Amino acid sequence: MQGYNFAYLDETTKRMIRRAILKAVAIPGHQVPFASREMPLPYGWGTGGIQLTASLIGADDVLKVIDQGADDTTNAISIRSFFARTAGVRTTTHTDAATLIQTRHRIPEIPLRDDQIIVYQVPMPEPLYRLEPSRAVSRRMHAMADYGPMHVKLYEDITRFGRVAVSYDHPVVVNRRYLMSPSPIPAFDNPKLHRMPALQLFGAGREKRIYAVPPHTDVVSLDFEDRPFNPIRAPHRCALCGAEHSYLDEMVIDDRGGRMFACSDTDYCASYQAREA
Amino acid sequence: MSVLLEARHISHRFGRTLALDDVSLTLRRHEILAIVGESGSGKTTLLNMLSGRLTPQSGDILYYDGHAATSLRVRGERAVRTLQRARWGYVAQDPRAALRLDISAGGNIGARLMASGARNYDDIRAMAARWLEAVEIDVDRLDDWPRTFSGGMLQRLQIAATLVTDPELVFMDEPTGGLDVSVQARILDLIRSLVRRLGLAVVIVTHDIGVARLLADRLIVMRRGCIVEHGLTDQVLDDPQHPYTQLLVASVLPV
Ligand SMILES: Nc1ncnc2c1ncn2[C@@H]1O[C@H](COP(=O)(O)OP(=O)(O)OP(=O)(O)O)[C@@H](O)[C@H]1O
Ligand SMILES: [Mg+2]
Repeated sequence: MQGYNFAYLDETTKRMIRRAILKAVAIPGHQVPFASREMPLPYGWGTGGIQLTASLIGADDVLKVIDQGADDTTNAISIRSFFARTAGVRTTTHTDAATLIQTRHRIPEIPLRDDQIIVYQVPMPEPLYRLEPSRAVSRRMHAMADYGPMHVKLYEDITRFGRVAVSYDHPVVVNRRYLMSPSPIPAFDNPKLHRMPALQLFGAGREKRIYAVPPHTDVVSLDFEDRPFNPIRAPHRCALCGAEHSYLDEMVIDDRGGRMFACSDTDYCASYQAREA
Repeated sequence: MSVLLEARHISHRFGRTLALDDVSLTLRRHEILAIVGESGSGKTTLLNMLSGRLTPQSGDILYYDGHAATSLRVRGERAVRTLQRARWGYVAQDPRAALRLDISAGGNIGARLMASGARNYDDIRAMAARWLEAVEIDVDRLDDWPRTFSGGMLQRLQIAATLVTDPELVFMDEPTGGLDVSVQARILDLIRSLVRRLGLAVVIVTHDIGVARLLADRLIVMRRGCIVEHGLTDQVLDDPQHPYTQLLVASVLPV
């Protein structure tokens, strides 16, 4: 493409973002501010993730983009073609063939490796924002590791509903220090964050924050000793591939209220079907 | 009795107002110290300095932790916060400002336990229930939101939520100030019995000489940012030396 730098962003911006990434990796789970750029996409379409990907991607990379686990949604397709056009890189839908994976709302089912990087799109990087409206105060709370109020929230959920009320974006403690939002992934995916061999990077474009979980870092979901974190999975098999342990989406299949459960990770589902065939 | 907390030459200005003017005092373990004085004399400001909520522009606050005395300034913000979460407590005049009204009574009481690391749900809950009883609120109310509580109950709840960590030192700013007279007396009784039973050291701000007489071992009288008189409560109240204290005592109707 003419008139654009490789991967759209100019090299100065990329360097600025890489510096923020290095800082984020050095302080696992800590939100690092960065000068988020205007991207040719509206906020909410993954501008934070795209800027991270643009700063990291090289000509040899193989990019996979998923949205809610699927490679074929509008958002995933447009981000993938954006980088195919601006960087000329190869793209894939296969998790094991990708070197760089940008995602929204899911972590792939198959374990990632230490030669891969996963970039999460984050709408709200601050895990305390529902409890504490003031950014200045929540920054102080992070500095002092003052996370009692988050536990009070869990206490309330358990008292009212018998369990933690949210089933996605369940807060985690990274490296025994910082409270972190894992982005709106299902709680089912939280265990995959723990000691993942791949580098995990999180980008929030509108909120102008980058944070990271370096490879093999402890990531613990908030809970109580006697009410351990225990994400629930729909007790079904995937209707398409028969998988028993993957995360399922519930889909309405006709106008009579018929429903079906299928893998949300479309690549996993396709390869499972191929294997079973 | 050994010294627990000491203020040395505290001065503080808000703009052109000299809120505290070279104030020094000591508090011993298990001692109850009342700060009295007219409105605007600097009582709340002094309490906030002693409790590490405000940093004085000059002077030092020393906390005697075991044998060593270290100033709050030297300890640093993080260490002071740790003290404030458990070993110290603060009871504000308005419980609505201190409590979280969208959190159950149990959650409010458990908050300080969780802030200092408690991670067992059943233990936290049991402890909250025990403290609700200790402040004479029906245990049935454990899961209720405080916004359904009366003013007196809210103040009891704040007291439970403060004492649950078994602090050694509690700061109170007009703890009965916003309450009906009839409710005041009961809360005061509760504070008195809990404080004695737990062996707490307390610094209590009040403009009510009656409260000071009932609770305090020692008394400090403030005026315009200065301590104008201090001593044992009975001595000061029975034989006030400073004209301002004389006026203060004279203005109280005999009980
Ligand atoms: N945050 C602030 N900004 C400006 N001035 C302040 C502030 N806090 C206190 N002051 C001033 O400092 C002086 C002492 O105030 P302080 O609140 O300590 O008095 P007090 O003895 O607690 O009074 P009261 O009995 O009315 O509660 C007053 O003149 C007050 O107006
Ligand atoms: Mg006051």
